[in-house]
Amino acid sequence: MAILIRRGKIASPSQPEAGEVLRLEPQDDPAGIADRLAGAARVEVNFPRFTDGRGYSTARLLRERYGYRGELRAVGDVQRDQILYLQRCGFDAFLLRDDQDADESLAALADCSEAYQASVERPQPLFRRR
Amino acid sequence: MYLYDPIDQRIVDERVAQFRDQTRRFLAGKLSEEDFRPLRLQNGLYVQRYAPMLRVAIPYGILSSKQLRMLAHIARRYDRGYGHFSTRQNIQYNWPKLEAVPDILADLASVQMHAIQTSGNCIRNITSDHFGGVARDEVVDSFVWCEILRQWSTFHPEFTYLPRKFKIAVNGAQADRAATFLHDIGVHALRNAAGEIGFRVIVGGGMGRTPIVGHVIREFLPWPHLLTYVEAILRVYNRFGRRDNIYKARIKILVKERGPEQFCDEVEAEWAQIKDGASTLTEAEVRRIAGRFTRPQYQPLEDLRLPQDGPYGAWQKRNVFPHKQPGYVAVTLSLKKTGVPPGDATDAQMDAIADLAERYSFGELRVTHEQNLVFADVRQDQLESLWQQLRQLGLATPNVGLLTNIIACPGGDFCSLANAKSIPVAEAIQRLFDDLDYLHDIGELDLNISGCINSCGHHHVGHIGVLGVDKQGEEWYQITIGGNQGLTPLGTPAAVGKVIGPSFAQHEVPWVVERLIEVYLQRRESDAERFVDCAHRLGIEPFKQSVYGHPDSPRQDREPVPA
Repeated sequence: MAILIRRGKIASPSQPEAGEVLRLEPQDDPAGIADRLAGAARVEVNFPRFTDGRGYSTARLLRERYGYRGELRAVGDVQRDQILYLQRCGFDAFLLRDDQDADESLAALADCSEAYQASVERPQPLFRRR
Repeated sequence: MYLYDPIDQRIVDERVAQFRDQTRRFLAGKLSEEDFRPLRLQNGLYVQRYAPMLRVAIPYGILSSKQLRMLAHIARRYDRGYGHFSTRQNIQYNWPKLEAVPDILADLASVQMHAIQTSGNCIRNITSDHFGGVARDEVVDSFVWCEILRQWSTFHPEFTYLPRKFKIAVNGAQADRAATFLHDIGVHALRNAAGEIGFRVIVGGGMGRTPIVGHVIREFLPWPHLLTYVEAILRVYNRFGRRDNIYKARIKILVKERGPEQFCDEVEAEWAQIKDGASTLTEAEVRRIAGRFTRPQYQPLEDLRLPQDGPYGAWQKRNVFPHKQPGYVAVTLSLKKTGVPPGDATDAQMDAIADLAERYSFGELRVTHEQNLVFADVRQDQLESLWQQLRQLGLATPNVGLLTNIIACPGGDFCSLANAKSIPVAEAIQRLFDDLDYLHDIGELDLNISGCINSCGHHHVGHIGVLGVDKQGEEWYQITIGGNQGLTPLGTPAAVGKVIGPSFAQHEVPWVVERLIEVYLQRRESDAERFVDCAHRLGIEPFKQSVYGHPDSPRQDREPVPA
């Protein structure tokens, strides 16, 4: 069964939802759901293949441009080796691909302790914190 | 060069540990080849024709002698005793073992080096003018801006899975020695009327299957906005660049399909949202980066009259470049000796070059996109002594800028993508044009060879370009003329070469080059008119006639095909 990581912990994927679940595919413009974000239980961004990186920009736009603060979940081909960057772009939940190891994936979030760029995770770039 | 602080070092060290774990999981069968592939590529590791190939980053081409000794050590310990300096100012090893790569990366990290983003669909090594910091026509020190961009692009979380690879070039001088019009993004420093520094931003240039000269989308971008503007371009590309066809996935296709004006509007609209945000550069940051660069302690010296005659004079005229500091020059070490694959250096040569860099050039050197090395800060009164040393090492071939200074990719001898070999073609041409007086008479001529349309050998911008093509399993070569990597002194702009007609067999290529040179020598207005300027003035027709209309032409049985 697929593992869900939410806010840095393993969570149960089958909790009841209080609100609408919105889903975006790689080609979807997040502007199209901007007015429904306030009432959403969560937003899912699908990665049909992990090498399609459009969802990273989608996440930043949802967080930084449309002010979405609720759960932002990466679904689809979501693997250990991508979730750190996904987190930096604003995802706080990851529904991992079936074959992924839970503990290894949690450890991946600590692979790199610092980053140069401004991101959703660290709004100030390193050069303003150095 | 830029010296790491503890945070820069930690970022690289953590990457080594991360890749070691990824390699371990791959070898243990826990990570499939398909899932591992993008990860290893972003660490410069290809699986090649005979063995893996590891591409090590040399950010904007600067190396210390200590780093060069480490590159020699890696060639000796993990490879077959040599490395290949590439047209992207990097170095490639053709024979490492996959399981040894984490150890190689750890060795590299010990001298502030890495292989980060030297391949894969991400932002690649930033390239620049190899005379940055010393050229007399300098506007800004391009290396400072390259390092700012290097840090911004390193592990950028949003732009790690782009539609395709992404190359940025920075030029800090008046002359464009970084081919800024042939990159995904080119930035060219300038000063406005008020003397403030900014950048001309060029987008959508490139070589490969669809060679295109880039478009200026901003004439003057004030420097504090460099990162936010580049981020806006990357975001538009990441969201809207084509992902359905690998051959149409570069940003140049997006710019072409949208039209430069509409693309520019989209970038400006995106930029309006992030302009003046936290990534806006500060004077303090630019000063901090500049302050971490080593600076040569120049002696107060006078310029000397350098000899023009004899073998030393010939070398001095070709391989020595003027310096903004009186009494100093920049020296190109030619890696284009006939019989040696262009850009190759052995471990012993690298060690010897490191020693010379310490003796003659403050312990630093640069790698050029023409696959040579540069000592940027050599005292004129020590120049002859350096020349003697370089001669003994076979690094003083006086051919910089001349026909035999051939740019060539590794080609079919090594690369699994190649349609045809490059290195034997380069060598055959070098052997035909072995008369130095004749070479000097021909004057400046860039001859570039690529073994396939990926254009690693930059054939599109060769004044004469040679491209390996596959015809029913046989290796053939298409010839182009009139390509140009950047604005020339006579005002010839960056240009993509034109195909002269049907292609040739490998052994026929030197003959074709000879015919092209004949036309040029007969038709040039003066010695000052270079081959490329002459080709632009005459057009390809007379060149085509001399090749296909010649009684000895191997292709005379066919009608020349319009380019």
